Amino acid sequence: MNLYILLALPLLGFTINGLFGKQLPKFVVGALASSLVFIPFVLALTLWSEVKEAAIVSQPFTFLQVGDLNIEFKLMLDRLSLIMTLIITGIGTLIHLYSMAYMADDAGYYKFFSYLNLFIFNMLILVLGANFMMLFFGWEGVGLCSYLLIGFWYHNPDFGYAARKAFVMNRIGDLGLLLGLFMIIQHFGSLDYQVVFSEIAKVSHPQWVYTSIAVLLFVGAMGKSAQIPLYTWLPDAMAGPTPVSALIHAATMVTAGVYLVVRSEVLYTLAPMARDLILYVGLATSLLAAFIGLKQNDIKKVLAYSTVSQLGLMFIALGCGAYSAAMFHLATHAFFKALLFLGSGSVIHGMHHEQDIRKMGGLRKAMPLTYVTFLIGTLAISGFPFLSGFFSKDEILLHTFHHSPWVYGLSVFSAGLTGIYMFRMFFLTFHGTYRNDHYAFEKVHESPILMTLPLMVLAALSLSGGLLNLPHYLTHSHSEALAHWLEPLFVFGDAAVHVEPSTEWALLGVAVSVFVIAFVWMRQKYVVQGRVAENDDQMSGSAKLLAHKFYVDELYDSLFAKPLQALGTWTYRVLDRKGFVAFTDLMGKVTHWKGQTLARIQSGNIELYLIIMVLAAALMLGIELFA
Amino acid sequence: MNTVFQQVDISHYIYLSTVLFSIGLFGVLFRRNAIVLLMCIELMLNSVNLLLTALSTYMGDAGGQLFVFFIMVVAAAEAAVGLAILVMVYRNTRNTTVNFLSNLKG
Repeated sequence: MNLYILLALPLLGFTINGLFGKQLPKFVVGALASSLVFIPFVLALTLWSEVKEAAIVSQPFTFLQVGDLNIEFKLMLDRLSLIMTLIITGIGTLIHLYSMAYMADDAGYYKFFSYLNLFIFNMLILVLGANFMMLFFGWEGVGLCSYLLIGFWYHNPDFGYAARKAFVMNRIGDLGLLLGLFMIIQHFGSLDYQVVFSEIAKVSHPQWVYTSIAVLLFVGAMGKSAQIPLYTWLPDAMAGPTPVSALIHAATMVTAGVYLVVRSEVLYTLAPMARDLILYVGLATSLLAAFIGLKQNDIKKVLAYSTVSQLGLMFIALGCGAYSAAMFHLATHAFFKALLFLGSGSVIHGMHHEQDIRKMGGLRKAMPLTYVTFLIGTLAISGFPFLSGFFSKDEILLHTFHHSPWVYGLSVFSAGLTGIYMFRMFFLTFHGTYRNDHYAFEKVHESPILMTLPLMVLAALSLSGGLLNLPHYLTHSHSEALAHWLEPLFVFGDAAVHVEPSTEWALLGVAVSVFVIAFVWMRQKYVVQGRVAENDDQMSGSAKLLAHKFYVDELYDSLFAKPLQALGTWTYRVLDRKGFVAFTDLMGKVTHWKGQTLARIQSGNIELYLIIMVLAAALMLGIELFA
Repeated sequence: MNTVFQQVDISHYIYLSTVLFSIGLFGVLFRRNAIVLLMCIELMLNSVNLLLTALSTYMGDAGGQLFVFFIMVVAAAEAAVGLAILVMVYRNTRNTTVNFLSNLKG
């Protein structure tokens, strides 16, 4: 099958809905957009058995030719990109269906779906591209779609600023990625994955080349996957409609950085310093975001910080060299985080655009389906035994334990914090008493079937996602299916882990007890004692620090934004107004003045004109004759 | 090669056309009636035509006479357009004096 079909269908949806969507009925727009994502999903599923150890490669076109460098427009489907494709199109389909109900009353309905299709198209280019240029193309494309969708309700200026912030922060990361690509071209003379990676595997260059390329690519990943110091855009990106948060800012786009590192496994294995950097950045991000998540009261903000924290966990795995564990967590995280976001969207929908968890409570009676599915998502992310998140997180923790005990300790701590903020939010939202005076409890309603159906599918996936990569202590014959499946792609492969079975059981015990502590503590606090998160003015000390996100935004503002704004004001007032504008004004004035002077010659006296003409002709003739 | 025209010395043709050209030129410069102006331009063109035919006959080169046809065509077109403009000017201003038309003064 031609791989271009996978790309062409969402692009077709974007074109049709973008050009004619306004005239089409809403149902047609939604159904068209959904099915043009669903068909690629089915096609990708049929390719499951076809993708052997070698990749399926498409017919290449010349994309760019500069000197000796020939960059091709070429797609490649191997096992890694197949997993990504299935996640993107599968979860994408569910979120498209969900959006049909969630966005039903929105004036920009057709625009929303055409943007979503465009996003799917770009994301597929990102994961299916056979060279770094294609990856970069998709990378920029998803950045654009993210910008458009965060600022979807652009009538609110704050949302527009949030979109701009996401765009600018991503641009910083993209610069790193671009510089990394330039270095790859300089040292390896190509951008094609196969060429570059086989060149790298020869280890013919000095160490600093590998390290700097790896670090530069990771800077790109930092931007896209919201790691310190470029993570601040992701929580603000919650300004977009909730399905966008679920699709782009939880399940797919933000994992592009993880995909990039897994794809460049050869490079990172040969650059241990860069990998250490990834480990520490991931660890710091995971902890910082988890701490901030403890005191957020916006239901989507909690989930956003949770996403940042979980992405940090994936980077911890990458830093330990556990590539398949990172992919495993990426997949399970896509399931349960999409579920949680869609669940929060269902709550927001049922509460008529209320997002503050202090104004919710007791919703389990009004929204039973949302309650059950949200519970499954919460259990999965906090590591309830035998749910998807338990297995994937556990595998990462195992690798960190093998790497070093203190990294393990901090990772477990971060995992414990996950449980705390998730259950805090969960209990405040669904348990206790209803606390909103402005919106009667009787008006809170369960969402329509189009919204609950994706919730149920995702809940099933969150329950069973662990089957992808069962640990060996549960089953011998089918253990670590994902890792084995991905193995042929890697040159060096995952870092080996040798742990005694008894140690492994002890680690499991730690993970389970951390979960139990988080659950019991939060239940005691918010259900039994019935406490509510404090209001903004009651906060003090550390709570205030956390609620204000460690004042990182303010820090960036005074460190970068303010000085740049001052510089901009200065260049405007001095360089522009007094310099360039004054100069161009002067040119205009001189021309005007000269024109006024010369205009006097044009007196309207035709006789005079004629005399001048004749004299001039005579003069020229005279010069011709006598000179 | 001896035709009736060559009975007359070439210098006579040159003098005649110079005189005609000068009359036309001075007419253009010093008369104010636009119709007279057009006539004078016509006179200048025709004096040049005369000179061209005369010289082409004397040199035995038909090129000059060919040129005359072009000039006549252009002169006819010019006269038609010029007179049409004049008619319009006269209808609007009841005047054909060139100095009157100084609306384009800068």
